[in-house]
Amino acid sequence: MNSVHDMGGMHGLGPVVPEPNEPVWHAPWESRVFAMNMALGAWRRWNIDAGRHVLERMPAADYLRASYYEKWLYGAFQKALQFGLITRAEAETGQPDPSAPKAMPPLAAERVPEIFAAGRPTIRTVERRPAFAVGAAVRTRNIHPLTHTRLPRYARDKTGIVAARRGAHVFPDSNAQFQGENAQELYAVAFKARDLWGEAANPRDTVCIDLWEDYLAPA
Amino acid sequence: MSGGHDHSHPEGHAHTHDGQNAPSETALRVKALESLLVEKGLVDPSALDAIVDHYEHKVGPRNGARVVARAWVDPAYKTRLLADATAAIAELGYSGTQGEYIVAVENTPATHNMVVCTLCSCYPWPILGLPPAWYKSPAYRSRSVIEPRAVLHEFGLDLADDVEVRVWDSTAEVRYLVLPERPPGTEALTEDQLAALVTRDAMIGTARVQAP
Repeated sequence: MNSVHDMGGMHGLGPVVPEPNEPVWHAPWESRVFAMNMALGAWRRWNIDAGRHVLERMPAADYLRASYYEKWLYGAFQKALQFGLITRAEAETGQPDPSAPKAMPPLAAERVPEIFAAGRPTIRTVERRPAFAVGAAVRTRNIHPLTHTRLPRYARDKTGIVAARRGAHVFPDSNAQFQGENAQELYAVAFKARDLWGEAANPRDTVCIDLWEDYLAPA
Repeated sequence: MSGGHDHSHPEGHAHTHDGQNAPSETALRVKALESLLVEKGLVDPSALDAIVDHYEHKVGPRNGARVVARAWVDPAYKTRLLADATAAIAELGYSGTQGEYIVAVENTPATHNMVVCTLCSCYPWPILGLPPAWYKSPAYRSRSVIEPRAVLHEFGLDLADDVEVRVWDSTAEVRYLVLPERPPGTEALTEDQLAALVTRDAMIGTARVQAP
């Protein structure tokens, strides 16, 4: 969807301000929000793409105003609500519904290391053969779905060159809708900065974007 | 499955810009959500402690610095790193969440790589830890792809016009590690001494590694 999360190329969002000796968290609540997101994910009520789409639908003004972990707080709350871990009444009162069954057991501390060690690889073995070779010229599709996509606006309807193949990966556009993994070849596609941004860009510069096959057509 | 937004409830909505001076209102909302989730049996507080501990103490840019230093001193390792970074990095014991598929890109005198995630905040957690605030900021996400040289200038890095700047936008589950150039005059340093020179920003591509 064309929401404010898709920031590549926007102007007016200020300077980049590095913070010397930045701590991992700026307040204890940030660490709890982060950990709650991770622990709730272990219920597997949603996948990473559906989770990202929840944040993309955060009201745009709130999205821009929020700090990073305020967005994650919104995300934890909305995912728990939208994917049925908590009810609307529980969200509003903060009290558990006494009639709701207790969901046990939650992720235990001793399982945390194995969860992080395993990760959640998105690479798959598929029958579908890659359509493009390294070096092929490709043109990105001009799509504007209301649903989740990882084809950024600034790279739609642009021509680039396949720089590398990454194997078949779960396709976010369908996975976010719980419409199947539809795993397919993922390519690193190199675009000349001038093809994206015009003559003001340095003629040598490039932007490489990881793009799934369904985003691409032969150029 | 997913309903739209309901703006009638305040929970989870953000009201401030500055995470450093978060109002107690936000901290209270977080506490309220945690106690609801704990009471419902959805999260175990000790698991939250373990998750926090993992990202405070077990991962961070020192992991990535070890990878870089090894690549500088061991040409065979560097070859493996550039061919299959996930496997080469796993040799040093780093793998898992948000590092399931890692690609290393090498800086040379002719090419400077830098990494961004314009759509969210994708970052190679096992080797760099959680990303710094600037990496996740709207400013970095928006500007890195359209004016990377201006962003690098603000980091104090000015590149000649004939150096290619190659920006990697992490739109998929591929995570990028920039392999910085080894600074001149470091031939006598040990691998550990070299690792101590390697900064997080150099592995994102917004800095060079400086000789001591």
